Amino acid sequence: MTAEIALILGVDGIATGAIYVLVALGIVLIFSVTRVVFVPFGDLAAFTALTLAALQSGQLPGTVWLVAVVAGLTLLAEAARLVRSGRARKIPSFAAVYFVLPMIPVLLCIALAQTDMPMAIEVILAVLLVLPLGPLLNRLAFRPIADAPVLVLLIVAVALHFALAGLGLIFFGPEGFRTEPLSDAIYEIGGTVVSAQAMLVVLASVVFMGLLYLFFEFTHTGKALRATAVNRVGARLMGIRPTVTGDVAFLLASLLAGVAGVLIGPITSIYYDSGFLFGLKAFVGAIIGGLVSYPITALGALFVGLLESYASFWNSAFKEVVIFSFLIPVLLWRSISAASHEEEEEEE
Amino acid sequence: MSNSSLIARLPLIAGLLVLVLLPSFAGTFAVTLMNYIGIYALVALGLVLLTGIGGLTSFGQASFVGVGAYSTAWLTTAYGLSPWAGLVLALVLTGVAALVIGTVTLRLGGHFLPLSTIAWGISIYFLFGNMDSLGRFGGLSGVPPITLGPISFATNGAMYVLIWITVCISALLCWNLLRSREGRAIRSLRGGRIMSESFGINTFRIRLYTFVIAALLAGLSGWLYAHMSRFVSPAPFDVRASIDYLFMAISGGSGYLAGAIVGSAFTSVAKNFLQDVLPSITSNAGPFETVIFSVIFILLLQYARTGIVASVQRWLPRRALPMPAEAEEMPRRVMPEPGSLMLEVDKVVKRFGGLVAVNEVDFTVRTGEIVALIGPNGAGKSTMFNLISGVLGPTEGRVRFLGQDITSYGPRRIASLGLSRTFQHVKLRPTMSLIDNVMLGAYRRTSSGFLAGALRLNQAEERRARHEAMRQLRRCGLGDNPHELAGNLALGQQRILEIARALAADPALLLLDEPAAGLRRLEKKALADLLRSLRGEGVTILLVEHDMEFVMDLVDRIVVMEFGSKLTEGLPADVRADKRVQDAYLGGTA
Amino acid sequence: MTALLEVNDLHVGYGKVEAVRGVSMSIQPGQIVTVIGPNGAGKTTMLSALMGLLPSRGTIRYEGQDLQRLDVEERVQRKLCLVPEKRELFGEMSVADNLLLGAYSRRYKSSDFQERLAAVYEQFPRLAERRRQQANTLSGGERQMLALGRALMSQPRLLLLDEPSLGLAPLIVREIFQIIASLRKAGVSILLVEQNARAALETADYGYVLETGEIAHHGPAQELLQDPRLMTAYLGGAA
Repeated sequence: MTAEIALILGVDGIATGAIYVLVALGIVLIFSVTRVVFVPFGDLAAFTALTLAALQSGQLPGTVWLVAVVAGLTLLAEAARLVRSGRARKIPSFAAVYFVLPMIPVLLCIALAQTDMPMAIEVILAVLLVLPLGPLLNRLAFRPIADAPVLVLLIVAVALHFALAGLGLIFFGPEGFRTEPLSDAIYEIGGTVVSAQAMLVVLASVVFMGLLYLFFEFTHTGKALRATAVNRVGARLMGIRPTVTGDVAFLLASLLAGVAGVLIGPITSIYYDSGFLFGLKAFVGAIIGGLVSYPITALGALFVGLLESYASFWNSAFKEVVIFSFLIPVLLWRSISAASHEEEEEEE
Repeated sequence: MSNSSLIARLPLIAGLLVLVLLPSFAGTFAVTLMNYIGIYALVALGLVLLTGIGGLTSFGQASFVGVGAYSTAWLTTAYGLSPWAGLVLALVLTGVAALVIGTVTLRLGGHFLPLSTIAWGISIYFLFGNMDSLGRFGGLSGVPPITLGPISFATNGAMYVLIWITVCISALLCWNLLRSREGRAIRSLRGGRIMSESFGINTFRIRLYTFVIAALLAGLSGWLYAHMSRFVSPAPFDVRASIDYLFMAISGGSGYLAGAIVGSAFTSVAKNFLQDVLPSITSNAGPFETVIFSVIFILLLQYARTGIVASVQRWLPRRALPMPAEAEEMPRRVMPEPGSLMLEVDKVVKRFGGLVAVNEVDFTVRTGEIVALIGPNGAGKSTMFNLISGVLGPTEGRVRFLGQDITSYGPRRIASLGLSRTFQHVKLRPTMSLIDNVMLGAYRRTSSGFLAGALRLNQAEERRARHEAMRQLRRCGLGDNPHELAGNLALGQQRILEIARALAADPALLLLDEPAAGLRRLEKKALADLLRSLRGEGVTILLVEHDMEFVMDLVDRIVVMEFGSKLTEGLPADVRADKRVQDAYLGGTA
Repeated sequence: MTALLEVNDLHVGYGKVEAVRGVSMSIQPGQIVTVIGPNGAGKTTMLSALMGLLPSRGTIRYEGQDLQRLDVEERVQRKLCLVPEKRELFGEMSVADNLLLGAYSRRYKSSDFQERLAAVYEQFPRLAERRRQQANTLSGGERQMLALGRALMSQPRLLLLDEPSLGLAPLIVREIFQIIASLRKAGVSILLVEQNARAALETADYGYVLETGEIAHHGPAQELLQDPRLMTAYLGGAA
């Protein structure tokens, strides 16, 4: 490998890694607030990319039906729960937020899909369409067992991924799509070519990390989310509803997934089930951060991107194996460092 | 056999009858289906141990099946070796892989193992699909049938026999294991690390072995699979297949061994049904099947997590188990000289962040004494107990027990030196019987391992341990119904059960955290009598208690703590007369 | 005058075991009512049920409204506030953030919030000094002050206090009880669960003694304070 190739691979790796960072942050965010290890995260990103691809080719994206079905089911399930607990009066307000609101981008999409739109509008529409999926899936799959052990939530999350992958195949078909690059420009920096697309990816990822930081540090809602993550009982006693903060966490994570989907679309062909691997690679980053620390998670995810880039140059068939094998030393390091302070964790 | 135990055994007898008779009346299709069910049931059996009983889970079981299948397929096709050599390789490879994955993940929080197994599952899938020697995504064909001397298991009918004999033997071994020393340790895992380690159980080792056993069962299943279908390819070993296995274990009833078989049968039949029906409704049958199954799985986890067997079990009478037989006594420890130094707490400090929970506390306990540690709520008594028993490590100071410095020891090591304890918040396994709970206490005094348990080579030791547990239950007044579930006792009785469990460990020093809480008057008197007779036997007791009446008449000395510090110590009468102690209890400061 | 809180025949159980059995009590507006009793009597369980953290049977009327139909968060909205035995602070967040979240249910205007915050800092100057510090670095007394301060940020109408003196040194206990007494002047009613019986009764207007899940005695605090049976309940036998 020459230095030149190494440099090109490095730039590639950073660009992919930057996308993993967004996904990994979303995963940590959801886990800390709701204790759900949200395995289908990558699916949401893949669905965004597929939605955008459909919009760009002037077709009605399958996401429209997916969102409509999920929103309808959520409304039914929640209405049944509200009626059973004697709170039927709350159905209209629930329907407004969890059914009517998600249906707005759906209807917009149906109206506009066949028309020629500027790319920015298409991107926004694609993200808006996927945005409600996070909170809706939270209500549908996790809310009824919010107090269950992490293990059960995790099994549900994995099952949910397969349900989504199946739905993805039904609604998007088996073909892979690549979206148009956000920009075609190419620059030469320090002896290597860097595409504007790659720079945009890194920029977007940095911007969203910054926004996330500002959200947690300076807004009431952000602090309520942190409070729920730190102490659920304490949060409830302050009148903070874990179900609501959970929905907000899922909404934010959906946004991150949407952005990641938009960014990855032009880099590689996306299939209905690409999200699984995509999400799991980000998971490796999240595990490096112990599913707790945001900064270490970001670094870990970036590293995964670089590793993938170099591994695929070495032997593209085995790049997944390389990345996931990397988990073993990471976990070993984690378990050694965990052993030294486990006694503190056991304190009640 | 009594009537009720006959009814309780009816499903088992009926099941075995069906198994034996099935080939004589069922067609090829049914036999083939049964073969698949058996192969799946082996994997699900491992998951029942791991998930249903041990509280761990894995999304990589299908990969272990794959490793087993590919090992034997590769050895037999590339080198022409016997399938039996393939079996050895299959078990060695799955065992080693599980050992490595388990070692790096099982010390971490519960979700690291399943996440790692997803990664493992994907890696293995891509490895199979990309290795030339394994035929890439095309797979390996021409796998020979299993032969045993003159017998060849080439037909489905022959495989049926082999598969179901394997399933029955495996289930029997698991059944034996669960009723052995290490099996009880597996069943204790869900009660938390602190509880299990306090009996001297190495929870990491138990979890690791359980994970390896589950993997070995999957590897065995893979071996059978390869020689039944005579062809292996990566597809049946991906993560989705692992989810199917999990679905089988949980739908059947993840806490029951029978659930593995019921669940695999239910899943296979349901899948078959869907595959028949769906194509006539939609052209997209494949993804619809996935979606339907995933949704059913989610609903199952939401509303019926206990599974089919548990809901059937509710309608069957419980088998009446006999009272444990008399057996030889277990050897007892030689107690130290009465009056010699047993426990020494030396200027111990514990801080949590800015909070000082225990501040420079000193006291000693001598052999043969009953000492009470008293003080208002929040005075740091329970923290002190945790420091002595090794659950917490002190920030400063030393703790010595029987002449050894145990300051840096963990609970398991301290327990093995001869310290037993009970907990303020009762830590029992509510779904285990009284006697099984107490036998957990005797864990350290027995030694038979996993293999001995599975093969029932442990019976002499088991009888002694059961006898010992029975003896402790009787002396604590709980001997009437040893097979009752611990969760059915009143809270006060559960505390007494903890004492029986602690005694089964034959301790030199017994730490009791609020033993009299929740007891009625007469029960308190019985408890006091029990503790006195223990003192007579040379057992040393340190207890935390709020019931002063109970403490005053019973103990030799009292240590009073307040705000994390030692307020005073002395004889009961002196302590009671102490104005500072009265103030500490009633509050004289406002 | 109608009672602020009226509890009738309250039962709370964990599985098969009932920890609170048929408790009835009432609190008038502006009153401090204390519940004392030995460990395991069911005091904390009772408070958890009043707050909605545990399911219970029986009626709980608060400001004339049936609380059983409302969940924890809705009770908080109605200015019912629990300071639990374990404090339940947000350990990895700053003191200031803890206080900010204390006001979460109120949706104050910025100026009202600042006013409220200033009032809490005035009452607990130590918190003002440590406003940037993480809550889990505070000492025991400071943690209790933060828990109280956080509760006061929501301007509760009825404050449920679970063992506020737990594990605190005498000087701090005195300070805490002075604050509790001062809250009554500010119009906050208080249900005080305490094992420090003397301090609790000296501060309260009315007292209930809870034993094994049932009310054993009750009466005006001053009368209970003179009752020799109380000494017996705590120290056992004749002291």
